[in-house]
Amino acid sequence: MNSQLIDYTLHLADTTLILSQRNAEWCGHGPILEQDIAITNISLDLLGQSRNLYQYAAVLINESLKSQSSKAPPRPNGLAGRASEGFGEASEDSLAYLRKEREYKNLLLVEQANGDWGQTILRQYLFSQFQYLLFEQLQNSNDEQLAAIAAKSIKETTYHVRWSSEWVIRLGDGTEESRNRMLNAIDELWSYTGEMFIPAVYEEEMNIDFNKIKNEWENKVSLIFNEASLIPPSGGGGAAFMQSGGKEGKHTEQLGFILTELQYMQRAYPGAKW
Amino acid sequence: MKVEISLSEQKEKIWSLLENIVDPEVPVLTITDLGIVRDVKVNNSSSGEWGIEIVITPTYSGCPAMDMIAMNIRLALLENGYQNIKITSVLSPAWTTDWMSEEGKKKLKEYGIAPPNPRQQVCNNDLFAAAEAVQCPHCNSYHTHRISEFGSTACKALYQCDDCKEPFDYFKCH
Repeated sequence: MNSQLIDYTLHLADTTLILSQRNAEWCGHGPILEQDIAITNISLDLLGQSRNLYQYAAVLINESLKSQSSKAPPRPNGLAGRASEGFGEASEDSLAYLRKEREYKNLLLVEQANGDWGQTILRQYLFSQFQYLLFEQLQNSNDEQLAAIAAKSIKETTYHVRWSSEWVIRLGDGTEESRNRMLNAIDELWSYTGEMFIPAVYEEEMNIDFNKIKNEWENKVSLIFNEASLIPPSGGGGAAFMQSGGKEGKHTEQLGFILTELQYMQRAYPGAKW
Repeated sequence: MKVEISLSEQKEKIWSLLENIVDPEVPVLTITDLGIVRDVKVNNSSSGEWGIEIVITPTYSGCPAMDMIAMNIRLALLENGYQNIKITSVLSPAWTTDWMSEEGKKKLKEYGIAPPNPRQQVCNNDLFAAAEAVQCPHCNSYHTHRISEFGSTACKALYQCDDCKEPFDYFKCH
């Protein structure tokens, strides 16, 4: 149970960290100043969420390593396997900076390239709408700390959903150019949405009703797409082909490039601080 | 020098120290105005040394001011002779602008930032959720519009007054 909770917490942490990192790439490049500030604010919120989650995961990992050390069992799934590389115990930093691509459990959706502004907006919307529904359930979790993090984060996510859905409508229902770009973004991203609703092994015991999330997500997305005069592929739902694997550490080529940049300092100068 | 002082007096003393620590990003507000300080725990060990624990909660998950606030609390306590200091961060219950003091709201407005509206008005994610009537801190008009949901810090949105035309920050409800 504990190793499932660790994996699940890491999955949530990795997803928010990677989306934060992607959004941060916009810093100084946003289409107008206000929106540059908006996307980087969202990035900061997500980074804060991921820090809370990594800190919690680190506590769980260190507890579990301590209780196991007398028996010297195999370490869970390479977790904190590299905790010794300049960091000692597992920490928020070791978990973010020293885990490999295959150990990252983030959703495939959030590692996808920024593309143009439309693609970034759509990625944010599809994810935030999901995250909102997930945290609605998670804030009632039996696990007190996950519940606290979800209850804290959902307030931020509320703003992310509103901001991104308004932009989906503005672009989808805007000019011919902006509409075409949104249609293109849907083609690029849609196949990465199915994974969100398929529980990984470590999610099975977390008391999350994924069917409920999926239904509500599809309803909300249809509503927004309708306002935006956009249509989900195959009319939405499960008919379209969907990618999967991120939750188990099988990623698209994108993640390696993200981690290369994200982890460079700690890889090159282990334990460096400023 | 040994001064006899009761636990509750000690607590009060510490609260009043905390009431002088300002938020680094909105320097007219103190951390107690903001409702960041959730608890002050004091114990008096047998050796006569006071153990102090300050419980704080972040406004936003990623608020970069939190580390500085924790450091400023530590410094203020050290300057006043406290040695055994612990600062704990809790997430639950989640911070809300409802905890902001009336005094704080007044100071915000005088500073040119519109204070947060009561939470129930807008904290939902409905589409183009009913726009809040935010009062211009300069001319008091409610005839204002939102420029951006996100402003110079995580806790603020950007508005403009349609009457006096001044742009202003709104400390958004949370």
